[in-house]
Amino acid sequence: MAKVCMVRKNAYFDSMFLMQVSRRLEGEPGVERAAVVLATENNKRLLSDLGFSAPEIQAAGPNDLVVALEAETEEVAQGVLGRLDAFLSRRQPEGEALPRTLDAALELLPEANLAVISLPGRYAAPEARAALERNLNVFLFSSGLSVEEELSLKELAHRKGLLLMGPDCGTAIIAGVGLGFANVVRRGRIGAIASSGTGLQEFTTLVHRAGEGISQAIGTGSRDLSDEIRGLSTLVALEVLERDPDTQVIVPISKPPGKKTLGKLLPRLERCEKPVVLCMLGIEPDRITTELPVVETMEEAAAQAVRLVGGSPESSFKDWEKPLAQERARFSRNQRYIRGIFAGGTFCYQAQLILQRQGIEAWSNAPLDPRFALPDPTTSKGHTLVDMGSEEFTEGRPHPMIDPTLRRERILKEAEDEEVAVLLLDFILGHSASPDPVGELLPAIREAKERVASRGGYLCVVASVCGTEEDPQRLSAQVSALERAGVVVLTSSAQAARFAAQLVEGK
Amino acid sequence: MMDNKQLNLHPALETLVSRGPVAVNLGLSSFAEALRAQGAKVLQVDWTPPASGDEELSRLLDKLL
Repeated sequence: MAKVCMVRKNAYFDSMFLMQVSRRLEGEPGVERAAVVLATENNKRLLSDLGFSAPEIQAAGPNDLVVALEAETEEVAQGVLGRLDAFLSRRQPEGEALPRTLDAALELLPEANLAVISLPGRYAAPEARAALERNLNVFLFSSGLSVEEELSLKELAHRKGLLLMGPDCGTAIIAGVGLGFANVVRRGRIGAIASSGTGLQEFTTLVHRAGEGISQAIGTGSRDLSDEIRGLSTLVALEVLERDPDTQVIVPISKPPGKKTLGKLLPRLERCEKPVVLCMLGIEPDRITTELPVVETMEEAAAQAVRLVGGSPESSFKDWEKPLAQERARFSRNQRYIRGIFAGGTFCYQAQLILQRQGIEAWSNAPLDPRFALPDPTTSKGHTLVDMGSEEFTEGRPHPMIDPTLRRERILKEAEDEEVAVLLLDFILGHSASPDPVGELLPAIREAKERVASRGGYLCVVASVCGTEEDPQRLSAQVSALERAGVVVLTSSAQAARFAAQLVEGK
Repeated sequence: MMDNKQLNLHPALETLVSRGPVAVNLGLSSFAEALRAQGAKVLQVDWTPPASGDEELSRLLDKLL
């Protein structure tokens, strides 16, 4: 095997495009492995793990492209590198040259009402500001903006009566059109505002599966309800939903807001002319005094909202006794820990809450309680729930909803630990997500099960799938592929976490 | 800022919510493709880092301009 790498200075491409280029290079005859990435610190570390640590890689920066190849021979690798430009050239839609700036784009599309921005964090703030100044609403997927930058952008948007969704906004559904990672759900009478992306996806899919629909689902970004940002985007979103004739019920979904912000948000919500169901993950009951219904999981929020518009929610009651007993009987004596490897940040957060309520403290790279911060996010200990979509894993590479590589490796790593009993996984379907999230992880799931079985143990894999039958990946197809591989699939991420907790109870 | 006075929504926001997105996309081209697949009008910007990625130069330019 020959390892060859090259660095091209100032060659910026988006991480999703580069992932596709890597896959195409790996399809070339004689190429064993290919990594085409920008030289962010995170990617340099991963390249070094793969045995690529040449000085020119170490000297490269986040706007420099690194191509690392492992091939049968040096000639094969050099041959592929010689044809690199062909792999990097983008096919332009309709053969037209694309505008290179926001202003050039607006000349071609003066009726635009939205800028969708997913540039690297350090470039996103000036583009978002320019968009707001040009009277565009903004969907800002990028993360990594400072609190000061976020506040200043949100003050500008609020002043102008524009909607800034984000930064760090993963999803929204506006007038039936999904932005970012969104599921295909029917239009309906339930409006949602969420500071958690996968939380909003779970909510909208559960509403859809109960036969109801979504009027608008507005993301606000993970920090919107902090005392620094003061809920500025939430306030604009509330105004939108109050005036929207299609919306009959309003459901704000968030982690516990900052104390001051909550104090001001509650009277605003109580004044709302439409019924409100407040979903606050992990709110301590003594922190909130309100006449509004308050629920703790996306599942309960969906059920309450569906009831309010006259529908009947899916029954969440399942007789778990038999499958629980069957799975528990197969563990060997020293198997006791849950390892949750999540693509969805809110699913990781909600699972920690559910485990905590059952008396199980779990370590995490995104911990509920700072005392349980994983010292090394790449290595689990005890019960561990990892958010693989957090910054340390995603800088300069696609989110785990698109790129399964890091989750696949982590699943295999967990199987090495003799005390692991349960692997808890989430799969997220919808627009822009991987075309086959389950299929991409199944070989690793099977291998992990085999590794544990080969030493006389049993690995129970518990999963939930966030999606609908209408999503491009089709919910039923993804669920049956998991079930065929012996995975226990629950109807929501909350159910999956509860099931996992009961599996290790008393261990 | 959580003030009680009526918030005026910009006409661009009213249009977004009532008629749906007409979008300019900066960044991941798959987001533009997904919008197009849903029938929304979208234009991709072929974005590159300012001043060919030289952040020092870019900061300097910001100061000068």
